[in-house]
Amino acid sequence: MNALNLAIADGITITKRNVLKIKRAPDLLGGVVMLPIVFVLLFAYVFGSMISVPGMSYQEYLIPGIFVVTIVQSAQITGYTLTQDLQKGIFDRFRTLPMAPTAVLTGQTLADLLTNFTSVVVMALVGLLVGWRVHSSPAEVVLGFLVLLLFAYAFSWVTATVALALRTPEVFNNIATLMSFPLVFLSNAFVDSARLPGPLQVVADWNPVSTLVQAARVLFGNTDPALPAPDTWPLQHPVAASLLWTALLLVVFVPLATRLYKKAVSR
Amino acid sequence: MSPAIMAEGLVKKYGDVVALDGMNLSVPEGTVLGLLGPNGAGKTTTVRILTTLLRPDAGRATVAGCDVVRDAARLRSRIGASGQYAAVDEHLTGAENLEMIGRLHHLGTERSRRRARELLERFDLTDAADRPVRGYSGGMRRRLDLAGALVADAPVLFLDEPTTGLDPRARAALWDVIAELVAGGTTVLLTTQYLEEADRLADRIAVVDHGHVIALGTADELKARIGGDRIELTVTSSRDLETVRRALAPLAAGDVQTDATALQVTIPVSNGAASLTTALGHLAAERVTVRDAGLRRPTLDEVFLTLTGHQATDHTEKETAR
Repeated sequence: MNALNLAIADGITITKRNVLKIKRAPDLLGGVVMLPIVFVLLFAYVFGSMISVPGMSYQEYLIPGIFVVTIVQSAQITGYTLTQDLQKGIFDRFRTLPMAPTAVLTGQTLADLLTNFTSVVVMALVGLLVGWRVHSSPAEVVLGFLVLLLFAYAFSWVTATVALALRTPEVFNNIATLMSFPLVFLSNAFVDSARLPGPLQVVADWNPVSTLVQAARVLFGNTDPALPAPDTWPLQHPVAASLLWTALLLVVFVPLATRLYKKAVSR
Repeated sequence: MSPAIMAEGLVKKYGDVVALDGMNLSVPEGTVLGLLGPNGAGKTTTVRILTTLLRPDAGRATVAGCDVVRDAARLRSRIGASGQYAAVDEHLTGAENLEMIGRLHHLGTERSRRRARELLERFDLTDAADRPVRGYSGGMRRRLDLAGALVADAPVLFLDEPTTGLDPRARAALWDVIAELVAGGTTVLLTTQYLEEADRLADRIAVVDHGHVIALGTADELKARIGGDRIELTVTSSRDLETVRRALAPLAAGDVQTDATALQVTIPVSNGAASLTTALGHLAAERVTVRDAGLRRPTLDEVFLTLTGHQATDHTEKETAR
């Protein structure tokens, strides 16, 4: 077997290991499924009565946003699991084996992609229950989920990088929450960014979360001509911009996480 | 033929703490070397360098002909390793853990599965094979970890304090497994804090202190240097202690130690059981009542006291400071 085949085979082995872990300890999965449900109920019924969106129901506007929020939250499982494994001896075991060193991270992120897929499915079902509907072609819907999951995979590498730099689960949890809140709320996920005060609006318009939310809205047909047209490039071309963000995150964070992994385990 | 494990002048520092200070080793193929030393002497650091977990700051080492730094990837396919704490996955079952190791050794699914079952049987874990490791006892985890080191049938095996945390039965079983592997040509480097274990398992023993080898030889050679076995006698009255010391002085191969509170006399002897018989004969002639008498191997403390003139001080605090 050549090096690439080996790396793929090892990656699959580690992915299976991580999927088994999720099956045996479903508490983490429970968390990422519950959180979006709570968000939907809270925003759809508590704030929904106060937030109005021109031309459509708030539910229709909200659900694509919740998809992205869910993805950002679920991706943190990657980082959290890595910090937990770092506390144990299992990485030492892996490092004495003739396996591809990259398999640990690819296996982890691929397993978490499955987690993310699960929570997106749950989200879609809850969305349909509260009145969310798609108004686009099946191809666009599939593309919509694909764009979401690709970004989710890339974002897993971001949390992996943060986790490998911080190394303990407690510190990681604190920092990850601190990072994800502005990312999620300084965006158009819950409200139209055009209504935010000046400087925050600039941040929200360029926030990759906004780009992705806009992409989901466009691909699921949850937009309305009555909504003010966005005036920044990423929001005008949200699908292309989302894919660019995904590529950029992968190009930066895959090598970075790989390097930090080597550093973290050889202490 | 070149040795299966070779280390020359290995140095490893953690800040100001020198963990390894010119470690030299040479282990011929198909033999067992026991690294004997107190916590923090550098045993684990040596094993971690030889298994490619750490890079040495200076010196070089080869295992099965592969350099530990330049040829690390190839080296890993030729070793099995078990660390001091069990490197097993909590959420996976015992069988899944071993199968995963087999697949990462690229044995293929079928062979990995078969090998896992064999080893679970061997380490008395068959009943627990399909339960998540989370529910295992400490000893069971250790056994699973040791089984993990054997999955690939590697020509060179590193076992860091393999019997720590094992009950006597599991310890005896492990000793049998190691003896069998060595008979089949496997080279083993193991670390231990017990002379008895090194004596039982190792062809040669390297005594390690402050990051380098301070004595090397067969168990018999080392015992000769440190005055062989110890006779330990317990008497009924403190008045007898001096009588015993005087009566048995001619037998002693080293300093006789008396412990007034425990009413114990320890005499290093070179003729083992024969010396014990002679000693008891002398004491009967002196009409000393002996409450307990026995022959034992020197402890690590005694080895160190003899070889270095200082006790086997525990350097654990320094070690954890890294």
